[in-house]
Amino acid sequence: MTVEAAPPPEAPAASAEYDIRLIGLTKRFDDVVAVDRISLDIDRGHFFALLGPSGCGKTTTLRMIGGFEEPTEGRIELGGVDVAPLPPYKRDVNTVFQSYALFPHLSIFENVAFGLRRRGVKGGDLRKRVIESLELVGLAGLEKRKPRQLSGGQQQRIALARALVNRPRVLLLDEPLGALDLKLRKEMQLELKRIQHEVGITFVHVTHDQEEAMTMADRIVIMNGGHIEQLGTPSGLYEQPRTAFVAGFLGVSNLLEGTVAGEDRVTLTDGTAVQVPRNVLAGRTGTVSIGVRPEKLRIGGGEANSLAGTVTESAYIGVSTQYILDTPAGPVTVYVQNDRTGGQVATGERLTLSWSPDSTFVVDAEEGAQ
Amino acid sequence: MSTADITLPTRRSGAKTVAQLLAFVRRHVLTVYSLLFFLYLMLPIGVVIAFSFNHPTGRFNYRWRQFTWDNWLHWNAVPGIQSAITLSLEIALFASIVATALGTLIALALVRYGFRGRGVTNLIIFLPLSTPEIVLGASLATLFLHSTGYGVSIPFGFWTILIAHIMFCVSFAVVTVKARLIGFDRHLEEAAMDLGANEWVTFRKVTLPLIAPAILAALLLCFAISVDDFVVTYFNAGNRVTFPIFVWGAARVATPPQINVIGTAIFAVAVTCMLGNVFLQNRRAKTA
Ligand SMILES: Nc1ncnc2c1ncn2[C@@H]1O[C@H](COP(=O)(O)OP(=O)(O)OP(=O)(O)O)[C@@H](O)[C@H]1O
Ligand SMILES: [Mg+2]
Repeated sequence: MTVEAAPPPEAPAASAEYDIRLIGLTKRFDDVVAVDRISLDIDRGHFFALLGPSGCGKTTTLRMIGGFEEPTEGRIELGGVDVAPLPPYKRDVNTVFQSYALFPHLSIFENVAFGLRRRGVKGGDLRKRVIESLELVGLAGLEKRKPRQLSGGQQQRIALARALVNRPRVLLLDEPLGALDLKLRKEMQLELKRIQHEVGITFVHVTHDQEEAMTMADRIVIMNGGHIEQLGTPSGLYEQPRTAFVAGFLGVSNLLEGTVAGEDRVTLTDGTAVQVPRNVLAGRTGTVSIGVRPEKLRIGGGEANSLAGTVTESAYIGVSTQYILDTPAGPVTVYVQNDRTGGQVATGERLTLSWSPDSTFVVDAEEGAQ
Repeated sequence: MSTADITLPTRRSGAKTVAQLLAFVRRHVLTVYSLLFFLYLMLPIGVVIAFSFNHPTGRFNYRWRQFTWDNWLHWNAVPGIQSAITLSLEIALFASIVATALGTLIALALVRYGFRGRGVTNLIIFLPLSTPEIVLGASLATLFLHSTGYGVSIPFGFWTILIAHIMFCVSFAVVTVKARLIGFDRHLEEAAMDLGANEWVTFRKVTLPLIAPAILAALLLCFAISVDDFVVTYFNAGNRVTFPIFVWGAARVATPPQINVIGTAIFAVAVTCMLGNVFLQNRRAKTA
């Protein structure tokens, strides 16, 4: 009687089993290239974040996967099948829209039951699954209400329940938390992560909030201007960004220009030699920028790399103090933990900073200093 | 009044009364104005209703003589009035249904799909709304007269009236439904498809229920406009007589009170429909 979707896997499969595979996907609107030849494999059962600044093509990518936008070029495979020619209702994906898009004329129960009814689920089975889904999002008991009688946060959960009840292969979420206030957003971030863990479905979550992506995702794709900048785990992207854009988009970083002077050595513009891990330099030559995160810098010597400069600005932020130093190689930001009382450095003082080669990353210089 | 006492402390009671009066007027000026305006709007209708119960002595129902139920009991006593009403209702029914159906589809196309000539279509739809009725009527008559020359022969009568009414009603229907569609979240239809509904099911389960109030409004509007139309109908009716044409013809030789009876009945139906609509909307807003 029912056409059930395949049950979700218990745990993310270790083998290379892709849920979504994008191959050279391109979308042009007249003269705007919204998405520019992106290729991407999304593993089964992962929480995947699509992160990037406004207008970089995140929504367009998601809408192409969902079937609401036709690709100009390229393929979209879902579980190994090319779905590009299929309409949305023939794809085993469901979407949580940013505006929630709950049907205003239907009760919460009927909203959640909508997808199941389309697949011929009826009676007790339908009821059981709808209630289960509402319980999953913690809103059982509201099924008789209409969407407009719910708060924004509740509507958001109903939209989630309505999509998840169908047990899709992939759940697409387009900035689902964008309309919520900060506190609720933080709550829902954890909640979403818990739910994803519970149901084991692949989530593709679009956001332009880097903190949100870092908190929730197993894998992050950073997009910029229609193409993919870098794909990796949250810590991988933070510790070893490969482009200046990624380094600047995920937190604060110091980028200093220099030239490659050996397999594991870069000379900065002022002549300072900096040691970098061999694999990070990865055979680059010519002009590059080396980067180091402000919290990885230590005041005083003791590490292999060091740089001296004058404090031009200091800001006390409670848990840490932020200094900006003027060094011959360029301005450098450093965060110092306020783990001891006193010991504030005044502006105008000279300081020596040092950091470990392992905390150093390298990006192409011509991509622009931060 | 107490605020006036505090803000205008005067010793002389005369000045105090004037101040109170001014304050009263200031406070109620909107109410008074609204009442007067309402009276201005309703007075003619009141007269029509009252004179439907008049028992005139002559052929003209212009002076109040005495109260009677006769006109209501013998509403079709005037020769020709019943067939005129029947024709008007038939035309209005068909015209409003066809015009609303066409108008809804046109509105969907105009709002949902980008196609070549959309701007022009928009303009053409708007034309009948802005063209004087007399021009519309005369041009349609010319068209029907000349159609014989192209091998199509439509004699003036029921069909020409119906075609004319559908033509000008469609524009009203399009405008009404379009307004609703524009304020409609497109993601709702995408969400339905996302959840497995094909185009037809999406239309039936999501689009249609959400634009239903506008479709109903269009239906009522078209019906009212059609029943009421004189100018365009007069040009294209041939020897058929609709209610407005009947009234116009009758008024030259007599004004039987039955005309007031029909007018009052139409007014009552219109008000009932409107109140029913308001009531439904209120109840829906409450329970929804
Ligand atoms: N229907 C459309 N017609 C024309 N251009 C479009 C259309 N949709 C999107 N674009 C353009 O494509 C680019 C990418 O848009 P997209 O909505 O995918 O961005 P986004 O990454 O989701 O941004 P945001 O974070 O602001 O939602 C933008 O330059 C946008 O102007
Ligand atoms: Mg977007």
